[in-house]
Amino acid sequence: MSVATASEVFDVIVVGAGPAGSTAALLCARAGLKVLLLERGEYPGAKNVSGAAFYGSAILNELIPNWWEQAPVERYICRRDIAFMSSTTSVALDFHCAAEGYTTPPYNGFIVLRPRFDRWLAAQAEAAGAFLLTSAVVDDVLRENGRVVGVRVRREQGEIRGKVVIACDGVNSFLAKKVGLQREFHAHELSLGVKEVLGLDPAIIEDRFRLSGDEGIAYEYLGAITEDVHGGAFLYTNRDSLSLGVIGQVSSLVERRKRPYELLERFKAHPAVAPLVRGAKLREYSAHLIPESGWTMKPTLYTDGMLVAGDAAGFCLAAGLYLEGMNYAMQSGLAAAETAIDACRRERYSARALSGYRKHLKQRNVSTDFRAYRHAPAFVNSARLQNLYPEVVASGMEQLFRVDGSAKRKILPLARQLMRQYQLKPGELLRDGYQVVRAYLW
Amino acid sequence: MVMTTHEEKMRTVRFRVAATPHIVVNSDICRASCSIHACVYVCPANLFVPLDDGGILFNYEQCFECGTCYIACNQEGAIRWSYPDGGYGVTFRES
Ligand SMILES: Cc1cc2nc3c(=O)[nH]c(=O)nc-3n(C[C@H](O)[C@H](O)[C@H](O)COP(=O)(O)OP(=O)(O)OC[C@H]3O[C@@H](n4cnc5c(N)ncnc54)[C@H](O)[C@@H]3O)c2cc1C
Ligand code: SF4
Ligand code: SF4
Repeated sequence: MSVATASEVFDVIVVGAGPAGSTAALLCARAGLKVLLLERGEYPGAKNVSGAAFYGSAILNELIPNWWEQAPVERYICRRDIAFMSSTTSVALDFHCAAEGYTTPPYNGFIVLRPRFDRWLAAQAEAAGAFLLTSAVVDDVLRENGRVVGVRVRREQGEIRGKVVIACDGVNSFLAKKVGLQREFHAHELSLGVKEVLGLDPAIIEDRFRLSGDEGIAYEYLGAITEDVHGGAFLYTNRDSLSLGVIGQVSSLVERRKRPYELLERFKAHPAVAPLVRGAKLREYSAHLIPESGWTMKPTLYTDGMLVAGDAAGFCLAAGLYLEGMNYAMQSGLAAAETAIDACRRERYSARALSGYRKHLKQRNVSTDFRAYRHAPAFVNSARLQNLYPEVVASGMEQLFRVDGSAKRKILPLARQLMRQYQLKPGELLRDGYQVVRAYLW
Repeated sequence: MVMTTHEEKMRTVRFRVAATPHIVVNSDICRASCSIHACVYVCPANLFVPLDDGGILFNYEQCFECGTCYIACNQEGAIRWSYPDGGYGVTFRES
């Protein structure tokens, strides 16, 4: 269809067909609204990069029962492995869970590849009745009397009117900035992820990672893997490839003058990682930003005629134990859709009419989670947690297990020696202990 | 091959190059007032080449459109940044 017929007015215009946008469009279309979903890529997912360990299965299952039977998923996650690294050693926490809902429907998590998954998800929104227009860059919103009344697409007759605009345009969040809902970001608030997909025979993957059938594993790494850059790394098993990447805080990449792709090479060469990737062949290299600072990056979430959701609203939980953005993108996309549906029913689109977004975000556990974890990002990005403690743990284990004829050390004297060696002060340890508790326990 | 050079990495990425650049670097500003050259290190596509005179040589054609240079550069006006026209630029197939 020719969507850009200038006279047409849409109920809802969604900008960006990532997980936030496609989910929002799907729900609005199901409610009978006239929905336009705009995406600048050649197809949805063409511009998008994640690990991707997708933990939104239960959410998506509400919308599309047994979605994994038809969607392009790689493997379901039956194991997670969190490793603390020094340059020579790795100490890992291996989480293998066969509890209900992990290895049975709806499955706790799936590994997916974004160009395929996003394309499928946008097609579901289309099937529900939304109009998808790809290769369409939105440059600005249309405003009348200070109200947002549509968007300007970069093309002939690109002014398209809509009653509610939902900005799901991702981490750079240009629309929210244009409207004044978001400020410019600082380099310490964002991390750069560089990723490779490495082809590997499924039989080798299953052997090497002790998986059977559709099982998959997600590895996360902290510590010396990024040298002195604040960040981490990941490795996920796809069906016939591995997804692997390094994440580094932009400000610390600058300070340390580190090139991200060199960190990626170092990661693959680490003695704990090299055997896992042996014989794999590079299929695609990619890069993307991650909003790391959660709550403190939250924009004003709505204004007259417009809502912001997903990464564009900073709803990405990136804090050590977690790198979850896709699920929160969907949850906030749903909350925005619910708000837009209410607004269209009542035919009121002012900021006041859209203020129900807060309630919907709370009901969908988005704002509650981000408020709860508001202290985690800053702490995780502290040098001691990023680099020092993983190194201390790894080096401590190395000394604990070393058998070279010298007297065996008990743990307490070893701990004292490590504190001396790494110049750790009891006060600092206590403070950091408190920070862990505050960030993760309550 | 598991270990790859940056050139080998870039050869795996598909770009549909637009006729006009979506990022423009004002090398005069780099030359006049930048001492850190952050862009040179952070750009995952390695598109910023430092020149002897302190300026920057930049080519937009193999850009991931990630926004990192724009965030890292602290000189007002040095980088003019936007997205390429719809359908142009990077197209990921696997990531
Ligand atoms: C390396 C890396 C690893 C990650 N790993 C994980 C993981 O394992 N699990 C997880 O849950 N999350 C992960 N994340 C985070 C996750 O990718 C994001 O949180 C998630 O993609 C956010 O979804 P979104 O829909 O808000 O934004 P996006 O997925 O970024 O979608 C935005 C969409 O808008 C389009 N767009 C942008 N501007 C315009 C415009 N002006 N006009 C038209 N279209 C536009 C884009 O092309 C894109 O399709 C990772 C991120 C990175 C970078
Ligand atoms: S683009 Fe910015 S960071 Fe790069 S050299 Fe110029 S002023 Fe410096
Ligand atoms: S947007 Fe990203 S890939 Fe493109 S020039 Fe800037 S840093 Fe490099």
